[in-house]
Amino acid sequence: MATVVEIVVAALIVIGAFFLLVGSLGLAKLPDLMRRLHAPTKATTLGIGATLVASMIAFTAATGSLSVHELLIAVFLFLTAPVTAHMIAKAHMLRHPALQQQLPSPPGTGWATLAPAPVDPEAPRTGEMPPAP
Amino acid sequence: MRRLVPHPVLSVVIAVVWLALVNSAAPGHVLLAAVLGLAIPHYSNRYWPDQVVIRRPLRIVDYIAVVAWDILVSNVQVAWLVLFRSGPRLRSVLVTVPIDLPHPTAITVLTGTITMTPGTVSADVAADGRAVLVHCLDADDPDAVVHQIKDRYERRLKEIFA
Amino acid sequence: MIETACMIAIVAISAAALLNLYRLAAGPDVLDRVLALDTLVINAIALVVVAGIWFASPVYFEAGLLFAMVGFLSTVAFCKYLLRGNVIE
Repeated sequence: MATVVEIVVAALIVIGAFFLLVGSLGLAKLPDLMRRLHAPTKATTLGIGATLVASMIAFTAATGSLSVHELLIAVFLFLTAPVTAHMIAKAHMLRHPALQQQLPSPPGTGWATLAPAPVDPEAPRTGEMPPAP
Repeated sequence: MRRLVPHPVLSVVIAVVWLALVNSAAPGHVLLAAVLGLAIPHYSNRYWPDQVVIRRPLRIVDYIAVVAWDILVSNVQVAWLVLFRSGPRLRSVLVTVPIDLPHPTAITVLTGTITMTPGTVSADVAADGRAVLVHCLDADDPDAVVHQIKDRYERRLKEIFA
Repeated sequence: MIETACMIAIVAISAAALLNLYRLAAGPDVLDRVLALDTLVINAIALVVVAGIWFASPVYFEAGLLFAMVGFLSTVAFCKYLLRGNVIE
C-alpha cells in the first residue's frame, strides 16, 4: 500500500517538474512576447498543480489526516494566472503601436485597452483633491 | 436574512478557505470559520454592491469538469508545440470572439477560461464587453477556435448565469 | 523513491529557473522581464513545495502561499504601472 502511494507521489513530482521545465523552455525559446505568454501560463499551472497534489497525497499518507491546504495555493494560482497573462497582454498592446495596427476591429466600440478612459464626474481625478463640499 | 447574510456565496467561500488554511475541521475552527464567514461580508458590504445571481449551481460542477479536462489537454498540446514545433512554423493569429454574456462576472470567468485552455490567451475585451480578443498560439482554422469557445464555454456560462 | 523523484525535480526546476534568468537578462522588452519574474516566482513556489515533501515538514506550505501572493501582486503592480503610469489611483 505504502509503495503504491510512493510511486504515485514520485510520478506526480516528476510530471510537475517536467511541465515547469517545458514552460520555462517555452519562455526562453518562443520568438515574441504574445507567443511567450502561452508557455508559462499553461505549463506552469499544471506543473505546480501536479506538485501540490503530490504534496497533498504525501502529507495525507504521512499524518493519516486529510491535508487540503495545498489546494489553497493551487486554486490561488489557477485564479491568478489568467489575470497576470491578461495584464501583460494589455500592457504589451498599449506599448506597441505596430501591433495595434494589426488588431482585428471589434464589433461596436474599440478595445478596452486602447479606448479613452470613461469620464466619471463623481470620481476625483488622479493627483487632484476632490472639490470641497 | 438579506441584511444578516448579504452575500451567501462569499460567506461560504471565506469559511471554506479558513478551514483549508488551518488544515483542520475541529469544532473550534468550524466556529471561527462561521464567525469570519458572517462578519467579513457584513463589514465589507460597501465594496460589493452587486450580487452575482447564479441560476443553476449544479451546472458549475459540469463546467469545472469540462475546463479541468481541457486544461490537462492544453498543457500536453502546448508542451508538444514548445518542444517540437516552436519557431516561425507556429501559425499564430489574433481573432475576435463576439460574446453575449449578461454579467461582468460571467465575462471574467470566460476570459479566464480562454487563457487556461488549448493554445489561446485572451488579450483584451471590447470596451462595451461584447467581444474578446483572443491570441491563438497555433491555429489552422481561426473560425474553429471561435466556434469551440462559443459552443464549449459560453453556452455553459449562459446557462449558469443567465 | 520519493527522494530520487525530489532530486530529479529540484534539478529540473533549477534548470527552469536558469532559463527564466536568461529571459530576464535578455529581455528585450520590459514586459518580457516581468513575465520572466512571474515564471521565476512560480518555479520558486514549486521548489519550496518539493523541499517540503522531501523534508516531510508542513512549515514550507506558508512560504509557498506567501510567495504566490507576493508574486501575483508584484506582477499586477508592474503591469498596472506600465498601463497607467501609477499603481494606486
